[in-house]
Amino acid sequence: MIYFLGLTSKKAREAVVDPLFNNNPIALQVLGICSALAVTTKLETSLVMSAAVIGVTACSNTAISFIRNGIPSSIRIIIQLTIIASLVIVTDQILKAYAFAISKQLSVFVGLIITNCIVMGRAEAYAMQNPPVASFLDGIGNGLGYSIILVLVGVFRELFGSGSLLGVGILPLATEGGWYPANGLMVLAPAAFFLIGIFIWVLRTIKPEQVEKE
Amino acid sequence: MAHSTAYTIGFAAAVCGVCSIFVAGAAVSLRDKQETNKIIDRYEKVLSVAGLVEAGEKLSKDEVTKRFEANIKPRIVELDTGAYVDDVDPSTYDQRAAANDPSMSEAAPPNDAKVLRIPKYAVVYQVMEGDKIDQLVLPIQGKGLWSTLYGYLALESDAQTVSGLTYYEHGETPGLGGEVDNPRWKALWPGRKIYDDSGEVGIKVVKGQAGPVEKAPYEVDGLSGATLTSRGVTHMIRFWLGPDGFKPYLENFRKNEGSAQ
Repeated sequence: MIYFLGLTSKKAREAVVDPLFNNNPIALQVLGICSALAVTTKLETSLVMSAAVIGVTACSNTAISFIRNGIPSSIRIIIQLTIIASLVIVTDQILKAYAFAISKQLSVFVGLIITNCIVMGRAEAYAMQNPPVASFLDGIGNGLGYSIILVLVGVFRELFGSGSLLGVGILPLATEGGWYPANGLMVLAPAAFFLIGIFIWVLRTIKPEQVEKE
Repeated sequence: MAHSTAYTIGFAAAVCGVCSIFVAGAAVSLRDKQETNKIIDRYEKVLSVAGLVEAGEKLSKDEVTKRFEANIKPRIVELDTGAYVDDVDPSTYDQRAAANDPSMSEAAPPNDAKVLRIPKYAVVYQVMEGDKIDQLVLPIQGKGLWSTLYGYLALESDAQTVSGLTYYEHGETPGLGGEVDNPRWKALWPGRKIYDDSGEVGIKVVKGQAGPVEKAPYEVDGLSGATLTSRGVTHMIRFWLGPDGFKPYLENFRKNEGSAQ
């Protein structure tokens, strides 16, 4: 069984849990920032984007791992990209068919998962050397690591920028007769930069080993 | 591991083949669903600008279709002459695609709304109350600050009083220009008048507060922090209700079908 899976249950857990805090793709590897800025004005879009990235990373890792021994190394990058691009197009089509309103809000950013460095980074760095099940778990883990930041940023930005969560009003807005003056900065892209910066700071304070050596 | 050139080419071809089947399969099998979504989405926007859907009311797809078919009659209008055209099916006519099709559109004269091409035909949604036309819903579009805004303007049957304005697609800054979606701002529109005494489009979005309808029939509050988007809204309404847009049609309509004033 272990031979087939290529990993023990401890390793499996590590593959999933490690990217959450110890090796977070956004906070430590600083990948995938572009979409983290763009789709996090609302929690709902953050969640759907997260699900899409988890799905694509897991499937692309699995598919690439299955054929890893047959891929000629001279064209491996373009093969990875072909597979990732196909998965992203299919994801986009599925969202358009089953979650039309949200896919309209995500607009081009679903398509841009293709250029999300996390997906290709994991394909090249992990799936090319590891068996399918381990690669699948690694994809899920890294997708989750990305999601955790996206959701956190989404919560802060929607709550303080629009006074709501998942579209449900939490802080009554001053413009609608409440007491909370919405923070306009939160709905703009720079707010995500500040938030991600603060998360990285907090994470590195708790885990000093993540700080780069001088 | 070195591979022969033939193997490399063969491998690439195989991957491309499998991927294209996968992508094409998904696209074809989901196309119907996506098309229905688009139509439902358009129906919903028309219903909401006509005031037939309450804010926050959730309707299933069937209910949207049912309510649309029961209350709304889409008609094709030739913009140049303002006459109805019956040999084009309004349910399949795509005005935005037509605007990009050289045989179905013409270059627009220079205009502030930055509309580049005007389609020959446009869809007008007539909101019916029994046999009478209660409102007209007209598609409008134009440049804001970052993006082109697409929306619907609803007029009362006098073809002069606004009954609603809704945008269904734009890429303006959330919280600033994006406030065109704010229900409180949209609520300022009903009751305002379009054409002034000289017959020109008089309505505009002003800087600051315009006041109630009785005092400022041709003015609507500007969006604070979004001067350029506000200006874009004024420009596109002026363009689409002007002589290059729906003005010929609205004049015909007032003469022939509209309610007496």
